[in-house]
Amino acid sequence: MIELKHLSKVYDNGKTRVEAIRDINLTIEDGDIFGIIGLSGAGKSTLIRCINFLEKPTEGQVIFDGVDLGAISHKELLKKRQDMSMIFQSFNLLSQRTVIDNVCFPLEIAGTGKKEARKRATELLEVVGLSDKQKSYPVQLSGGQQQRVAIARALATNPKVLLCDEATSALDPNTTSSILNLLKEINRTMGVTIIVITHEMRVIEQICNKVAVIDSSRIVEEGPVKEVFTAPKSQIAKQLILPKNDFVQEVEGLNCLRLVFDGTSAFEPVISSLSRECDTDVNIIWANTKSIEGRTYGQMIIQIPEEKEKETAIKAYLDSKKITYKEEGINVE
Amino acid sequence: MLNSAMVGLLGVSLWETIYMVIISTLLAYAFGLPIGVILNITAKDGICPNKPVNSVLGVIVNVFRSVPFLILLIWMLPFTKMVVGTMVGPTSVIVPLVVSAAPFVGRMVESSLNEIDGGVIEAAQSMGSSSWQIIYKVLIPEAKPSLIIGAAISITTILGYSAMAGIVGGGGLGAVATNYGLYRYNNEVMLITIVIIVVIVQIFQEIGMMAAKKLDKRLK
Repeated sequence: MIELKHLSKVYDNGKTRVEAIRDINLTIEDGDIFGIIGLSGAGKSTLIRCINFLEKPTEGQVIFDGVDLGAISHKELLKKRQDMSMIFQSFNLLSQRTVIDNVCFPLEIAGTGKKEARKRATELLEVVGLSDKQKSYPVQLSGGQQQRVAIARALATNPKVLLCDEATSALDPNTTSSILNLLKEINRTMGVTIIVITHEMRVIEQICNKVAVIDSSRIVEEGPVKEVFTAPKSQIAKQLILPKNDFVQEVEGLNCLRLVFDGTSAFEPVISSLSRECDTDVNIIWANTKSIEGRTYGQMIIQIPEEKEKETAIKAYLDSKKITYKEEGINVE
Repeated sequence: MLNSAMVGLLGVSLWETIYMVIISTLLAYAFGLPIGVILNITAKDGICPNKPVNSVLGVIVNVFRSVPFLILLIWMLPFTKMVVGTMVGPTSVIVPLVVSAAPFVGRMVESSLNEIDGGVIEAAQSMGSSSWQIIYKVLIPEAKPSLIIGAAISITTILGYSAMAGIVGGGGLGAVATNYGLYRYNNEVMLITIVIIVVIVQIFQEIGMMAAKKLDKRLK
């Protein structure tokens, strides 16, 4: 478990003072895939670097497994970092080492024997699906493959937590999906807690169970992804979840529902079967959904009839399909 | 004119030059590599920022690099005598060569290390690497191709310096060029020594470039 208490970081060079993060309080439970979303410059990168003390917070505490990282010696901190790996937007592999030697690197740092390190690295490359690239150099791999190597490397020391700093931002949509699925699988099978920093909504949609929204150095909203998605309270969350859409504004006052697909429902023609089952017409006002490996993610706003009983039937149908929804007197900004 | 005696003299001088250059380069790296590493890691965005150390070392390096080699050579004669016991011959030249080349090598090493992507260093830090581990497992191996190119440049610079030593009795090809080419107007010998020096520079440069290219894993 990681607790961030009143975490602040100020960059002060005597002339200018920049408050990168301010009074951040978060609790990340074991097994979570915790997303932190915000626009560029909101303080995400500083926040994730404060978690493993790559940046020393100006104020506040990071409590990792009951240990205050600010209160231990530098040597102990280096040891703790082996329980808290990190992957990066630009992969950051060692260009002069082969794939397998890259995965062995953190084990060398940790002082693991060479033979054992090789064995572990071979296993991990299998997990990330790159067994055939052991002897390749990073330059010979695609971006997605490089990130897979970076993930294998990050897992080498059996960490409890994996910090992902915009890990998919340099990848194309398909590669992003496959990397996210890999992360999800690692979370499920190895029980690694994952903290994801991103500016992309779909990353949160696809893998996170909890989300915190950061804006101008502060956390403005936080909760289970489903809740935040169905009822975003802060301006910035609304903006991130429902992008600007002029057309939607025109239909204000209509009887609408916002449906949230968080991957728990299978991909099927929900709307047409809803229409048939409930014997009613629905009008799709706005939609932004996608199917990833047979699961639906994203949101949709539908207009439903004003009659009470049709509305009840529709809601019952949605409940039976486990689709989260929220009544919407549309107010998309 | 090019009799067997002259050929013999050129052979001995060539050997003296190679001896001076190789030993000087090795010693210049023995001092210059740590200087370069310290300059890199103590810089503002290095892994152990330390402004006083960085500034003082920077100034010392600059002072030694600003003194022209010929002047340094003469100025250092007493010190040279103290270290190696003589002021003439190839061995005596090694002392000023090292003193002059080490700061130069230090700057070359520093600039090679500066080329390394900060993200890779950050990744190593995130895995709990100590500063020492970062130096010998990340900085130096990642900079290897650039360090080799730097070494090829350094060795040719040292070769150039070594030729100047001929003027003050340092031996080597520079001495032959001075004594025969300059003082006795023997243009033929002058030309031959120049050709030999050019060929050696070419060989060192080519070997360095080839090695750097072969060892650089960033090239497909």
